[in-house]
Amino acid sequence: MPAKATRDAFGEALAKMGERYPDVLAMDADLSKSTKSEVFAKKFPNRFFEFGIAEANMVSTAAGLGLSGKIPFACSFACFISSRFDQIRISVAYSQSNVRLVGSHAGIAIGEDGYSQQGLEDVALMRSLPGMAVIQPADDLETEGAVEYLCSHKGPAYLRTTRQKLERVNRDGYQFRFGKAVELRPVGKDAVIFASGGEVYLSVQAADLLQKQGLSVGVINIHTIKPLDSEAVVDAARRTNLVVTAEDHQINGGLGSAVAEAIAEAGVGRRLLRIGMRDAFGESGSPEELLAKHKLDAPGIAEQIRAMLR
Amino acid sequence: MAVAQTVTTSSEIPRLQEIAARLRIDIIEMLAKAGSGHPGGSLSAIDILTCLYFSQMRHDPKRPDWPDRDRFVLSKGHAVPAQYAVMAEAGYFPRQELMTLRRLNSRLQGHPVNSALPGIEACTGALGHGLSIAQGMAIASKLGSDKFHVYCMIGDGESQEGQIWEAAMSAPKFKLDTLTVILDNNNGQIDGHVTEVMPLDPIDAKWRAFNWNVIEINGHDYQQILDALKQANATKGRPTMIWAHTIKGKGVSFMENQIAWHGTAPNPEQAEKALAELRAQYARLKGGS
Repeated sequence: MPAKATRDAFGEALAKMGERYPDVLAMDADLSKSTKSEVFAKKFPNRFFEFGIAEANMVSTAAGLGLSGKIPFACSFACFISSRFDQIRISVAYSQSNVRLVGSHAGIAIGEDGYSQQGLEDVALMRSLPGMAVIQPADDLETEGAVEYLCSHKGPAYLRTTRQKLERVNRDGYQFRFGKAVELRPVGKDAVIFASGGEVYLSVQAADLLQKQGLSVGVINIHTIKPLDSEAVVDAARRTNLVVTAEDHQINGGLGSAVAEAIAEAGVGRRLLRIGMRDAFGESGSPEELLAKHKLDAPGIAEQIRAMLR
Repeated sequence: MAVAQTVTTSSEIPRLQEIAARLRIDIIEMLAKAGSGHPGGSLSAIDILTCLYFSQMRHDPKRPDWPDRDRFVLSKGHAVPAQYAVMAEAGYFPRQELMTLRRLNSRLQGHPVNSALPGIEACTGALGHGLSIAQGMAIASKLGSDKFHVYCMIGDGESQEGQIWEAAMSAPKFKLDTLTVILDNNNGQIDGHVTEVMPLDPIDAKWRAFNWNVIEINGHDYQQILDALKQANATKGRPTMIWAHTIKGKGVSFMENQIAWHGTAPNPEQAEKALAELRAQYARLKGGS
């Protein structure tokens, strides 16, 4: 199966779901070609709403649609949609509207456009809001499952997708289960990596690299960052030496923080390595160069884990 | 610019004026009891809200989730005491609950909360959002063959928010004749007069330039309010903005046009003085009807 960007999988899945769910709508703010909401727009032109470069208006309008029985998917880059936090906080979250905010172009892996277009704080912002679900799929199958799930989810939700193509990590016939962690490599005695989105496949590769060096490292895919599958996280943490998180996001407030909170609250005394952007801005460069520079590629993940286990 | 044409039969006006006079008393009583809140903008809005809830809107207090109900979104959420007053009068909840305003565990939160109180359509209070929310509802109405109309009240101070102009730009694009905006132009905001803090003039020309149907009225003249609302409903192909000139603190002599009364509740002594005036106004109207 060729690698596929989760934004592409999102666009195709939404267009497919549009047939089954007449109340599903799409909205965009001049990025439909990039977020891939255009796939839905072409199929259902009367159910697509273009807002131009005015994300705040789009987000609150989505809230009004959600409060009127519609299921709007409001799309933009992760950085731009999450930056309309005031609108998300009051119009969407506090009003408990059935809005699906879709942030594409997650993380530094978008590459050359640089930090202003790289969503690196969006998960932290979304996770802070009461009742906001946060989902970051790791491949096309998971994206399709998440989109299907979101067509009937109650309450507001955030879906984070990638610009870059992702290798498939799940098997054919994969069933997305909201809020449930997915074990991809069994928890080893040395370490377990909790990874999300584009970092999942890279973490699997890192675990394989470490395996060759005699280290036993598990990988668990956290596609639902909120609500976190705390039970699975705590259980895996108890069975290993080093807890690792991997995300293309700031280590503060995102998956790394979520896992830290879960294991600390459960009293699991384990060392913790949070892999991600370490209180740093993104920058320009090719996706591969950026992931390597910030040690978010497979060799970088493996190196950081090895250093901690030395 | 369109000027409101007389289409309303005036027979219902004394009834509406009497209701609003009574609700002004409720507003002052609940704010005095709460000890905080926004009298100025509640009193400037109450005549328009009375016309909406007791003449113009199709709604059923017994079925606040009726899918085809007309919607009202108070974008200037701080004036919610006025909305609570009309809602209690209409029967959405018992009148005595008004005295729980802003108290712990009350459904009458300091700013509107839809999950707390049936009949409130959305959370507002962060200024600038409500018009976009109302726009979403108006789009939903159009998708469902125009089953309901959406009314949204914004403030003139609130119109300094950029989001108001984003929505002003988009609603005509979507041809939202299911949407009517009412601008409660009371010229007051926390830091002073709107004309000094950040002037908006010429406000009507701005909305017209965004392709809205603009109707200018006196927001305390019932004939003009009712006529404008009917005209707005009859306008096809684009949304309407009713530019309502209002008086902040209207009805209480020492509050009228006084910036200090934007967000300060009257103390017991001030409340008594205000209530004496309002009760006299109510008695005059009741006697005359």
